[in-house]
This record gives sequence, C-alpha cells and structure tokens, in this order.
Amino acid sequence: MSASPNDLRSPLARVRGLGSAKNGSGHWLTLRLTALALAPLGLWFVGGLVRHIAQGDYTAARMWLASPCTAVLMVVLLVVGFHHAANGLQEILEDYVHGKAVRLTSLIAIKFAGVLLAAAGIFSVLKIAFGG
Amino acid sequence: MASSSSQKTLRPLSPHLQIYRPQITSIMSILHRMTGAGLTAGLPVLVWWLWALAQGPETYARVVTCLSSPVGLILLAGWSWAFFYHLCTGVRHLIWDTGAFVTNRGVDITGRIALGVSTLLTILLWVTVL
Repeated sequence: MSASPNDLRSPLARVRGLGSAKNGSGHWLTLRLTALALAPLGLWFVGGLVRHIAQGDYTAARMWLASPCTAVLMVVLLVVGFHHAANGLQEILEDYVHGKAVRLTSLIAIKFAGVLLAAAGIFSVLKIAFGG
Repeated sequence: MASSSSQKTLRPLSPHLQIYRPQITSIMSILHRMTGAGLTAGLPVLVWWLWALAQGPETYARVVTCLSSPVGLILLAGWSWAFFYHLCTGVRHLIWDTGAFVTNRGVDITGRIALGVSTLLTILLWVTVL
C-alpha cells in the first residue's frame, strides 16, 4: 500500500474518506459558497416580492416570474437555496442527533425531500416562463 | 466501540445551559441556527406559492388568502425577520472567516450591528409593503 509522502492517513482512513470530523472541508466550503450566492439572490427575491408580489395581483406576479431573467434567477435561487438548507440541516443533525441510524435516515430523507421540492419549484417557474 | 444507543453507557455531561449566563455571543449564535432552520421550514411554502402561481388564478387566490390571514402575516413577518437576521449574521460569519473582527470587542460590535441592521431591514420591508 503506497502512501504518498503528504498523506499521513492509514489505508482504512483513506478508504472511508472521512476525517475525524466525519466530513471534510468540502462541506464547509460549500456552505460558504452557497451563502455567498444566496446573499444577493435572496435580497433580489425580497425586492421582487415587494415590487411585484406583495399586492397579491395574479397577473403582475406571473408577468414578473415569466420574464427570462427572473425565471433564471429563480431557478438558481431554488437550487442553491435547497442545497444550502440541506447543508445547514446536516450540521444540525450531526450536532444533536446521536443515533447513527436515525441521523443517517433523517439526512437522506432531508436531501431527497429537498430535491423533490426544488424540482417542483423549478417545474413551476418553467411552466410560468414558457406558458407566458 | 459500540455506537448504537442501546449499548451506549450513559456518561454524565458537564452542565452548560444550566451554568453559563446567556450572552450576546451565544444567543446570536443559536439564533443564527434557529433562523436557518426556520427559513428551511419556509422553503416548502415558497414552493407551494410558486406551484399555485403556475397552476392558475383560482389556486393562486387561495394561497394569497391563506398568506394574508393573520396567522399567514405573522409567519411572513417571522420569515422576513429570520431572513434578514440570518443574512446579517451569515455575513458576520463570512467576515470572521477572513480573520477580521475575531476579538471579544469585534464580536460584540459586529453582533450589535447585525442585530440592528436586521431589525431595521425588517421594519423597512414591512413599512414599504403595508
């Protein structure tokens, strides 16, 4: 088993792919990057809500969402938002849920639910954008 | 090493919540986590609203009625504050990641700023909307 001079991990550790924290720096970085993206995206969305949605008018809301820029940003917001949320929830699970089976099942359920909901949201945006 | 809870020996934990006085640091930290969780709970509502908008005017009108109800408005107000708070404290975290303001004084100052800005933005939002 050849160990590169930069790798102090045992073969088992390399195979399992987990550091002592049970997740690596990828998790940390993804959380930061999604956060960075969500800051302007979220503010943009809140601004859009104020200008086009808050009145409750159906036509105005549809017109805004149907515009290409809005639709694209909305899709990105959904994807990045759900990813950030799942990531954050994972940290909560890891901190408070100690049973391995419960934690793993919950994590999978959250990630699957996130994908489903994001898909439903994206479908809705596209339906509005292409439907006019 | 037994990891299943049925085999785990229940070892005593150092008391923490019973001992430490709540401070701006700890309260703001747990609020950041709680607002994050609260916003996540709001995501299905966001999708529900989008779905209704895509379905048609009747479905959309029902969603608008629900969200305009007293309970709905309280939830929306809560989510809006949660969003601004989580945003401001999130930016605070990102600033810390660069190494800046990681001092007792820096944490205190940035904390007060975050609290103030998030509350202000929430108020501004609702004044604009209503």
